[in-house]
Amino acid sequence: MPETDRAAAVRLTEVTKTYRTGAIEVAALRGISFDIPPHSFSMVVGPSGSGKTTLLNLVGCIDAPTTGTVEVCGEKIGELEDNALTDFRARNVGFVFQGFSLVPVLSAYENVEYPLLLIGVPAAQRRERTLAMLDAVGLKDQSRQRPNELSGGQKQRVAIARALVKEPTLVLADEPTANLDTETGAAIIELMHRVQTRFHTTFVFSTHDPQLMSHADETFVIRDGRLVEHKAGAVQ
Amino acid sequence: MSLLFRIAFRNILRNRRRSAMTSSAVAAGALAMLLFGGFTSYIFAGLETNNVQRIGHLTVFRAGYFLFGAGNPAAYGIDHYRDVLTLIGTDPVLKPMINVLTPTQSLVGIAGNFSDEVDASKTFLGVGLIPSDRDRMRQWDQFQIGAARPPDPLLSDRDETRGVMGFGLARILGLCARLGLADCPPLPEAERPANKIVAAVDPDIAGLAQRDVEVGAASGAPQIQLLAATAGGAPNVVSLAVSGAEPQGVKELDDNYVAMHLALAQQLVYGRGEHKVTAIELQLHRSQDLPAARARLVSLFGEHHLDLDVRDFGELTPFYGQVVRLFSAIFLFIALVMGVIVLFAVVNTMTMNVMERTNEIGTIRAMGVRRGGIRRQFILEGALIGAIGATLGALLAIAIALLVNRAGLTWVPPGNASPSPLYLYVLGRPGRAIGAWLGLVLVATFAALIPANRAARLPVVDALRHV
Repeated sequence: MPETDRAAAVRLTEVTKTYRTGAIEVAALRGISFDIPPHSFSMVVGPSGSGKTTLLNLVGCIDAPTTGTVEVCGEKIGELEDNALTDFRARNVGFVFQGFSLVPVLSAYENVEYPLLLIGVPAAQRRERTLAMLDAVGLKDQSRQRPNELSGGQKQRVAIARALVKEPTLVLADEPTANLDTETGAAIIELMHRVQTRFHTTFVFSTHDPQLMSHADETFVIRDGRLVEHKAGAVQ
Repeated sequence: MSLLFRIAFRNILRNRRRSAMTSSAVAAGALAMLLFGGFTSYIFAGLETNNVQRIGHLTVFRAGYFLFGAGNPAAYGIDHYRDVLTLIGTDPVLKPMINVLTPTQSLVGIAGNFSDEVDASKTFLGVGLIPSDRDRMRQWDQFQIGAARPPDPLLSDRDETRGVMGFGLARILGLCARLGLADCPPLPEAERPANKIVAAVDPDIAGLAQRDVEVGAASGAPQIQLLAATAGGAPNVVSLAVSGAEPQGVKELDDNYVAMHLALAQQLVYGRGEHKVTAIELQLHRSQDLPAARARLVSLFGEHHLDLDVRDFGELTPFYGQVVRLFSAIFLFIALVMGVIVLFAVVNTMTMNVMERTNEIGTIRAMGVRRGGIRRQFILEGALIGAIGATLGALLAIAIALLVNRAGLTWVPPGNASPSPLYLYVLGRPGRAIGAWLGLVLVATFAALIPANRAARLPVVDALRHV
């Protein structure tokens, strides 16, 4: 059973995830249980194929466990229908993807504004919050530019602004620095750390990046689909 | 909603070449449908105009005439037809609708040319009419296709003895030279009087004919004799001064047609008895009033216990309905072919769009866009491609129609003897043009539904993994 308190941002209980490819079954997660404390900067680390991304997908409510339960912000996500789950994500979960995944036909401003539209924020508030968030990530002057007119670092800043603009409880970032050079990666980590402190958001990262791992409040080491280590702070 | 449109529109521009090709397919569909639709609309308008000019919108007969009267028109005369004309013409409902209200007399008989050079006779189908009313009817051009015809100088209210005939009948009666008709060969030798064995003619009829020949000879126009049975069954003959010949669109009619003043026709059919008419024709200002006018006539005749029947021009000229059905079927076929082409073009394009944007679909689904939102996004893109293509096609069709309409082209419509101007009536029937536009947009929208559903059903995780 999980050891941490009941107010965990994320609670996984005996979670397994099995993928089936034809006749072959692959166990991506094999009975994982842990809590992610709120307002933390948590890292899920492990070698490639260890099940990090699968774990993040479950925590991000975009996949369902084969067995076990996943609770996010106190909601058992396995019990929600697709639309309810989608609405839950829209309100509570922000994503920062490795490949930025911005909507290419929208400007930086529109990309950041998009999540607010989905949760029905009124136009005036939307504008105010979008501009504030772009300002927070240092991209106010690039607000009209499309993703193809931005550098990798700028795209990732837009992605972070998009994830944070709705002030979600949880932000999931899958290898957010993987496509960035060291300097830009450091700046992005610094930015995320800053906004985490400011907005009290729970960040969950999947990463190999030692630079990012060094900022961890909690570290979960996964190997072969199992939790092999859980440590407060960074793993050396 | 505006973001949905923005994204849809920008995604269309994102793959400009692909979107342009698909829109071109839709535009080609719209172009073909609107141009052919414009052509058929013009044909329908032309046929309707031709019929309405000739017999009006509605014709009142004595009950039974429509089914049996052609064999003996004289037996189906409308009694006290002047009273009926007054009843119709003064009715407050009908009066504002009516453009021309005129009586006509149909008749059948034998037409003969018994001059010194020619001795020819032929059965004829005749109509007696009021020339000035006929001229007014020929001015009708509701659809403004330039079909209004000038007054016919061959018939006159003031000269009851004048008439016109079909080109073929004039040829058969040996009147080509006398009427100065081009491309009209003279009678063969065997048909000349000197070479014919002439049967003995009843002396009374011969006497009547001889009297009319003498009267007609003074006017200078070639004279023919029309022999018919009166309503009472007695033979009667009148002489007709042939002013000219008009080609009729159908050979059977061309070889039999005679038009004359109503008074002459009545004299031939009714002699000294009560003059009646076989029909009262109503030409309305607007074809749209036809159902209302017909209903009012039926009600009026019922109220006055008149044993009269009302028929519209479509019933009297089945050819009109046949042409409308034929061209409508061809239009439907073209529309179906175009619809299938548009369907496949849009399905193909939208399927490629879904494949290329799978990762993007995963991203926005993860952000909180429902399956329905994804579906709406792609359906809207399909609809926009359809709308852009259909609008381009429509604009192109209008431009081509303007060029053709100003080019002064002519053609001979089916059933007509003389060429008519060729128009493409693209905007003549806005309902059809709007229907074609809307139909193509709906097909494009429907076509997008298939890939849109596929996109909406994609599992978020699989979509995000897609490279």
